[in-house]
Amino acid sequence: MSLTNEIIQQRLIEKFGDQVSNMEAPYGMLTFRVPSDMNLKVMQFLYDDPQLKFQFLTDLQAVHYPQNLGAELAVVYHLHNLTDNIRIRFKIFVPISKPDVFSATALYQSANFMERETFDFYGVNFLGHPNLIRILNVDEMDYFPMRKEFPLEDQSRIDKDDDMFGR
Amino acid sequence: MSETITLPERSIEKETTTLNLGPTHPATHGVFQNILELDGERIMSSVSTVGYIHRAFEKIAERRPLYQITPLTDRLNYCSSPINNMGWHITCEKLLDLKLPKRVDYMRVIIMELARISDHLICNSIVGVDSGAYSGFLYLMQFRELIYEIYEEICGSRLTTTIGRIGGFERNFTPKAWEKLDQFLDEKHGYPAQLREFENLFTRNRIFMDRTIGCGPISAERAMNYGFTGPNLRASGVDYDVRVHTPYSSYDDFEFTIPVGSTGDCYDRFLVRNQEMWQSLSIIKQAYQKVQQFKGAEAEVYHADAPAYYLPPKEDVYTKMEALIYHFKIVMGEAEMPVGEVYSSVEGANGELGFYLISDGGRTPYRLHFRRPCFIYYQAFQELVTGGMLSDAVITMSSLNLIAGEMDA
Repeated sequence: MSLTNEIIQQRLIEKFGDQVSNMEAPYGMLTFRVPSDMNLKVMQFLYDDPQLKFQFLTDLQAVHYPQNLGAELAVVYHLHNLTDNIRIRFKIFVPISKPDVFSATALYQSANFMERETFDFYGVNFLGHPNLIRILNVDEMDYFPMRKEFPLEDQSRIDKDDDMFGR
Repeated sequence: MSETITLPERSIEKETTTLNLGPTHPATHGVFQNILELDGERIMSSVSTVGYIHRAFEKIAERRPLYQITPLTDRLNYCSSPINNMGWHITCEKLLDLKLPKRVDYMRVIIMELARISDHLICNSIVGVDSGAYSGFLYLMQFRELIYEIYEEICGSRLTTTIGRIGGFERNFTPKAWEKLDQFLDEKHGYPAQLREFENLFTRNRIFMDRTIGCGPISAERAMNYGFTGPNLRASGVDYDVRVHTPYSSYDDFEFTIPVGSTGDCYDRFLVRNQEMWQSLSIIKQAYQKVQQFKGAEAEVYHADAPAYYLPPKEDVYTKMEALIYHFKIVMGEAEMPVGEVYSSVEGANGELGFYLISDGGRTPYRLHFRRPCFIYYQAFQELVTGGMLSDAVITMSSLNLIAGEMDA
């Protein structure tokens, strides 16, 4: 394995400077954060660069952090370089009031369903997606069920006390 | 004498037929809906609808302690639930930083490879059924029954297994389980003989070859772009296998090859799966030998020494103070959870099954995402069938090994 986290980190900093932030490697996977309007540029660079070649989109999903005001929704990309067998993860944060993210469908066909799923559950609006409609939920649904403001339990129940055992 | 027929205007609205294939259709093997636009028998376009059996697993998982998530993973790819269970346990172990004894790893490998065989045999024999050959299905099905009996000996259930625990197994393999495994591996009367018979029926069968060669092909480049993994990606010539690229559960201790195809059509997918079953058989035999090599006290090891996370045996809970405390903490979800995010994947029977777990230290995951392989590669179905015949669409669908439970989460 010739490619290492350090080389990727160095290449990213060379190319994007301080726009790539929060570099860390939890459990060995390089993780970083980029500004929300930069996701496509970063992905295109990672895809095209002859050394990096991150040409496989493993996974794409969103996470909701209600306390993170102004950047409530995180979209997380997992990319994989199959030649050198190394994975990276990067995140972008968008405000929940205007959750606009550029779509990765032009680069990865596989992003199509994954972005539809993310839209379906979190309401992330992928700009440039060919067919951004609900995928797993019913079309008539008018909310985004995976957001944290929708607790799983029926709110009318009073026999359950959650004070004792966290969420 | 010629006469032109003049039809009244707009008497023919369009020249194509719309066909609703699914959601409940005997040929789709699951809840899939495809709205096909047909010109005669040729497919002009197809629109897929998924989500008929969506059960909100990711939402439910946000309120469940780690152990209670295992039964949810059963219901993803229910043809090979042990792989899902193990994948989830491996993810938890990665988060909790548990090291497992080698014997447990090898026992897991046996179970996972059995699950892979049971999944591939269903898929391949269903390809046979859909192309009009029913007998292969009946030949192999009796061995799925035997595999299920082995699961039953180990964990007590058959289809939705919830097999194993975080840190190991709930009990050691019983002598009966080993006996059934011997029966399964027997060269003369066991699965190898039956699989050979199955291959004789299909692999060089002229009708089957004509039916599947060139049907639903995909190039390596397109397959990667579409996020294909597992046998479907390997059938188009990319030798990507999680077991080799990111070994888990001591897979690096085993000798096996990754079969690859070239054209990525139904026939190649069929051949790759058949070869993988042979490889799995070889892995099971190796693991069997490795497990048998443990002697004395080591031969009784079936879980890691991690009392804070491994659910203690019930008799200990009733008699020992520590076991009772740990039992309570684990069941109520009060076991210490580190803060962190982890992505871990296993080679599921139909592709890379990934778990992305974010823990904020609370009793349940903050976010859990399942990377379901067939949800991701199903989007290629439209491209695979367009321009082909309707009957090809049916076998393309079954040879992709699509499992509705996994797709809809």
